[in-house]
Amino acid sequence: MPEMNIGDFLVYLYDLLGWLLGVIGLHSSAVSLLQKLVAGFVLANFAMLTPIFTIWLERKVAARFQDRLGPNRVGPFGLFQSFADIVKLVIKEDITPVGADKVIFNIGPVLAVMSVVGIWAVIPFASTMVGTDINVGILYSVAVGAIGTLAIMMGGWASNNKYALLGAFRTVSQLVSYEVPMIVALLVPTLLAGSMRMNDIVAEQQVWFIVAAPLAMMVFLVSSIAEVGRAPFDLLEAESEIVAGFHVEYTGMKFGVWMLAEFVHAFTISALAAVVFLGGWRGPLVDQYPLLGAIYFLTKTYVVYMVLLWIRVTLPRVRIDHMNALNWKFLVPLSLAVLVVTALVGKAVPADVSAGGRALVLFLSNVALAVVSISLLAGFSRKLQAVEQVSIDSSGAGG
Amino acid sequence: MNATPIIFLVVAALTLVAAFLVVTVRNLIHAALWLVATLFGVAVIFVLLDAGFMATVQLVLYIGAIAILIVFAVMLTRRVMQDVGPQRNSNWWLGAIVAAVFFVAISSLLWRTGWPALPGGDVGDTVLALGRSLVNPDQYVIPFEVASVLLIIALIGSIAVALPGKQSE
Amino acid sequence: MLSLSWYLTFAAALFALGMYAVLARKNAVAILMGVELMLNAVIVNLVAFWRYGNPMDIAGQAFAVIVFAVAAAEAAVGLALIISIYRQRDTVMAEKIDLMKW
Repeated sequence: MPEMNIGDFLVYLYDLLGWLLGVIGLHSSAVSLLQKLVAGFVLANFAMLTPIFTIWLERKVAARFQDRLGPNRVGPFGLFQSFADIVKLVIKEDITPVGADKVIFNIGPVLAVMSVVGIWAVIPFASTMVGTDINVGILYSVAVGAIGTLAIMMGGWASNNKYALLGAFRTVSQLVSYEVPMIVALLVPTLLAGSMRMNDIVAEQQVWFIVAAPLAMMVFLVSSIAEVGRAPFDLLEAESEIVAGFHVEYTGMKFGVWMLAEFVHAFTISALAAVVFLGGWRGPLVDQYPLLGAIYFLTKTYVVYMVLLWIRVTLPRVRIDHMNALNWKFLVPLSLAVLVVTALVGKAVPADVSAGGRALVLFLSNVALAVVSISLLAGFSRKLQAVEQVSIDSSGAGG
Repeated sequence: MNATPIIFLVVAALTLVAAFLVVTVRNLIHAALWLVATLFGVAVIFVLLDAGFMATVQLVLYIGAIAILIVFAVMLTRRVMQDVGPQRNSNWWLGAIVAAVFFVAISSLLWRTGWPALPGGDVGDTVLALGRSLVNPDQYVIPFEVASVLLIIALIGSIAVALPGKQSE
Repeated sequence: MLSLSWYLTFAAALFALGMYAVLARKNAVAILMGVELMLNAVIVNLVAFWRYGNPMDIAGQAFAVIVFAVAAAEAAVGLALIISIYRQRDTVMAEKIDLMKW
């Protein structure tokens, strides 16, 4: 028997479970089915229970950003605040609106959570710890995420409330639009790694892809923030301007499930960014102790999550026309340009150049692209300001 | 003994039930959601056929794009769709007969034909081969390019058609 | 082991249901759903033939990819037409769209 190190501890547990089930006389296919079910259960619960911590983290960090204390009453440092919130949500009255389509109304939030939790099936925690390493991992994560859009549509429509329906329309138009730059940005690491398998992408990052494709990472992060619908893209449910978006009719724990989906989604895109751009489980000594990979991965995920938080508490909410303009006039062309440039430069660099040199060349091409797009933007904004100035002048003269 | 036939039968039956509901329920939103269920079932069938890429494309394209477009269209044209009156035309029984005859004829032919048995061995990673074949000048690069031109034309055309024109005011 | 006929029968049933929707439904969007069902049945056939034919020859999947693209284009243009007709005539019932009918 090979030396069992701590890194493969979970794999060992997994095999032990299989052995135990085999001993009690189960058929081998039933054993593997049960093993997979148990692993899936554990993974899904990991994803769904994380918000208990991240909600606390988010409130605490946001409070510090805004010179407040944040939750500090329930438990040490207010750590149990989330549990208090859950209790509050559970004991609230659960209202189903009159004329609502009950089945669809109830399936909506469940589907939203499912679509996010499903992504965790392909995320590699460590080289050996991955739910299922299918060869179309990245495409799968996009595909499963797309179901969330449908869930929002269902929730908004089934509420039998025109404001909820309008909110759903707005949300879906934002989500569908921002899917385009997100998918194109994810194509860049796919191109660099030459595979859509998550573990291959991680294994290919001797130099993290954030070096070779910083613009792609930026586009990915911005469009995924829009996908989640958090600040500065939370105009869909802007609490201070409109009541809520598609979930205006949801109460109690059903509303809580929508919030759960949103928080898990935010954590999931952090994890995706960590896997695809920050080298996932890669780090020192990871070859000897694979379990270290999971620690590296989670650290990177939390770093990305902190950046998302930082963006959230810093930037003001965007206007809806700005939201659409940013996507179609900036992110989509930029992401396509990044894709083409990466493909061309990647082909132009000779094959015998080391990974570091290749990444450097790609980084420089990205910098050049960034300079070009910033100067274009500056010219555009000057033109816009000139037009506004003219209109102010003329209106001043007219009045 | 493996579980594929059982999974196939269950999934196929559920998919066909969902498809039957798509074509029969009155409420068009329900029909669209049953369509999503049908498309999901077909994605599972693709997985059973070792075409994982096809299954994910089915999810991205059909559920992520086409189904949402259809739901959008149903909702945008909702005023006249309060599900009043029959949702089928007066010749529906003729359509049913044609469809039934078609199905019986095709399937009776299918079961009389001797098909090749399932080739043994693992299919392996087909994504790479598929990608290569789509850009290989000796294989399918021209259909691929034509498809991309078609998509661009469809994009521009649908925007031009759906854009509210000036004369429609 | 499942024979190819099972998959083809499944696809034929899907196609027949789609055909029924196209022939019998009044609503243009529902007709379009039927068309989508039929296209999906075609893709099932292509993939099944690829799997049972020669899996090393990727032609079946390549064809299916092209059909996917055609389906996307068809849905986009079809729904745009339906919305345009709805704007002009305030109906999406296929029977009422009879300006060109003799």
